Amino acid sequence: MRSQKSPALGGRSQKFKSLPDRQGHFGIYGGRYISETLMPVVLELEKAYLKFRHDKDFKAELNYYLKEYVGRPTPLYLAERLTKKSGGAKIYLKREDLCHTGAHKINNTMGQILLAKRMGKIRIIAETGAGQHGVATATVAAMFGLECEIYMGAEDIERQKPNVFRMKLLGAKVNPVTSGSCTLKDAMNEALRDWVTNVWNTFYIIGSVAGPHPYPMMVRDFQSVIGKEAREQIKKIEGRLPDYLVACVGGGSNAMGIFYPFLNDKAVKMVGVEAAGFGLKTGKHAASICAGKVGVLHGSKTYLLQDRDGQIIHTHSVSAGLDYPGVGPEHSFLHDTGRIEYTAITDKEALNAFKILSLSEGIIPALESSHAVAYAMKLAPKLGKGKIIIVNLSGRGDKDLNTAAKEMGVGI
Amino acid sequence: MKVRSSKFKVQNRIGETFERLKAKGEKALITFITAGDPNFKTSKEIIFELEKSGADIIELGIPFSDPMADGPTIQAASERALKKGATLNHVLELVGEVRKKSRIPIILFGYYNPIFVYGAALFAEDARGAGADGVLIVDLPPEEAQELKLYTDKAGLDLIFLLTPTSDDSRMEFVSRLASGFIYYVSVAGITGARKELSNTIQEYVKKVRRFTSLPVCVGFGISNARQAGEVSRLADGVIVGSAIVKLIEKNQSLPDLAKKVGRFAAELKKGMKL
Repeated sequence: MRSQKSPALGGRSQKFKSLPDRQGHFGIYGGRYISETLMPVVLELEKAYLKFRHDKDFKAELNYYLKEYVGRPTPLYLAERLTKKSGGAKIYLKREDLCHTGAHKINNTMGQILLAKRMGKIRIIAETGAGQHGVATATVAAMFGLECEIYMGAEDIERQKPNVFRMKLLGAKVNPVTSGSCTLKDAMNEALRDWVTNVWNTFYIIGSVAGPHPYPMMVRDFQSVIGKEAREQIKKIEGRLPDYLVACVGGGSNAMGIFYPFLNDKAVKMVGVEAAGFGLKTGKHAASICAGKVGVLHGSKTYLLQDRDGQIIHTHSVSAGLDYPGVGPEHSFLHDTGRIEYTAITDKEALNAFKILSLSEGIIPALESSHAVAYAMKLAPKLGKGKIIIVNLSGRGDKDLNTAAKEMGVGI
Repeated sequence: MKVRSSKFKVQNRIGETFERLKAKGEKALITFITAGDPNFKTSKEIIFELEKSGADIIELGIPFSDPMADGPTIQAASERALKKGATLNHVLELVGEVRKKSRIPIILFGYYNPIFVYGAALFAEDARGAGADGVLIVDLPPEEAQELKLYTDKAGLDLIFLLTPTSDDSRMEFVSRLASGFIYYVSVAGITGARKELSNTIQEYVKKVRRFTSLPVCVGFGISNARQAGEVSRLADGVIVGSAIVKLIEKNQSLPDLAKKVGRFAAELKKGMKL
């Protein structure tokens, strides 16, 4: 029988990086809560990933494409005017918005498609919320000439039109999902339904550190290139590690990506910023850790937004990419252990940060990343001068122009 | 290796039903409905009609907001029930109500989250207390079912597992070792829903499954009419029909003779299985 480790591992920091266990558990979280039809494919995927994650050729090919195609390493940029405006700690931005396709998502899709190719899969499916993961999937599928279908909630299709058109340009079929709340969780349900039906030839590229094992581990590994680079870069620029890392958390892939390589650096504090929507007290938000309870959805045990009968509730966030009622299981574990602090930023605060970063630095951030920027702006004056914050600027805001204009009452 | 259920285990209603049918040379008709669709009062009437018309076991769906293993028909049924406020408590009450008047075996069928939130131990106790006989949780493979299994065993509930066309030998052995009641063989890789044609691999797979278990093997997914029920009944110990019944409920939900209509359909299915 599998071991049920207590989630409280405070102090034993070495443990943080050795998880998940062989069954995909992070403490009590994670696992493989999926239908029997999918079990053999998920086991096959795990086997393939464990084989290739340390394979020289695989790593060389991945690194080649990350460098020459994605454009890595991304800069670590000192946001001087934002720092001055916030008045306190230095704010650095890890510029994932400069990755090809405009967000960190492609770090993961590139890794997974190379794996799909090695496994002989000919068809790619994915779910998407903001459309960034859908675009990143369609992009690598086009590049390797594989058939690609994307599931996207009908509501998200409405608020992320430019990304829908991008996916179509890239040759992907975009399937609108009209069940449930018509957002990311429903897109994931539908992708799982597709997968179970086309299990023989299809590879499901999950876009976050969510889903059944090995996805949370595998996506984290592919995204941890962000933190590895940031760690080297800050040491080079400042001669030391940062005091804080700040990243937004929906499913939590960009956050895991920047946090993971620093988990054993005890002096580095980390904050995951969830979407408080209209405010945590209104019930209209997407802050699974800050306001949710433990449950099981989409293949893993984790914090979920649900009613007292265990039905998943509709979430709200101005940013489609954070509008999800769950969170990656490793985040739930890191929350319980106290290693990472989780907080939430409202729509209004995020929109304000969206404007401020645009004006002060000439960088239009994604609404998702704006949540992290907003928190850093609050944190910097509290920390004071001499301290260092790195914000993971996970994506650029071009896709959000319609939403932002609408929120600001501007017609475009 | 063939796994046998313990001889010392007290025979429950599911085991009894298969033995009684076997003695008569019949196969089990297992019918699925979503509890609370269109409402709990009607669900109860439907269950009694199903029993009267030849259903041998009732599978009672626990409504869930995100039924990712189900096709549109059962998704919609779940949504209808939830809209009217259906909860796991109501489902257990319904089991209790049915049990007052009937001995038909009832299997609770659903997703893990509502059960996890209710509390696995308490759920097993209350489900048994209400009169349920088995539990099948679609998103709880044996790897994650160890905890619940302790409680269902203690309560005397069968924990039923699925095998599918994707299951290889080692999977069949592993799943069979934990299963009780019967093996639910999923006829196609996919979601629930009526299909025009049956998979042509059912016979071969059912034979394969029997190498690993002495439990009855029942086949479900995609069986939607009497002809198909008849075909499958010649290959397996039981035939599971879900979406076709739920669709009938959806179509006739506002008619006063809804339960009777569903009963007539079950009678047709059972007739098909006796030909």
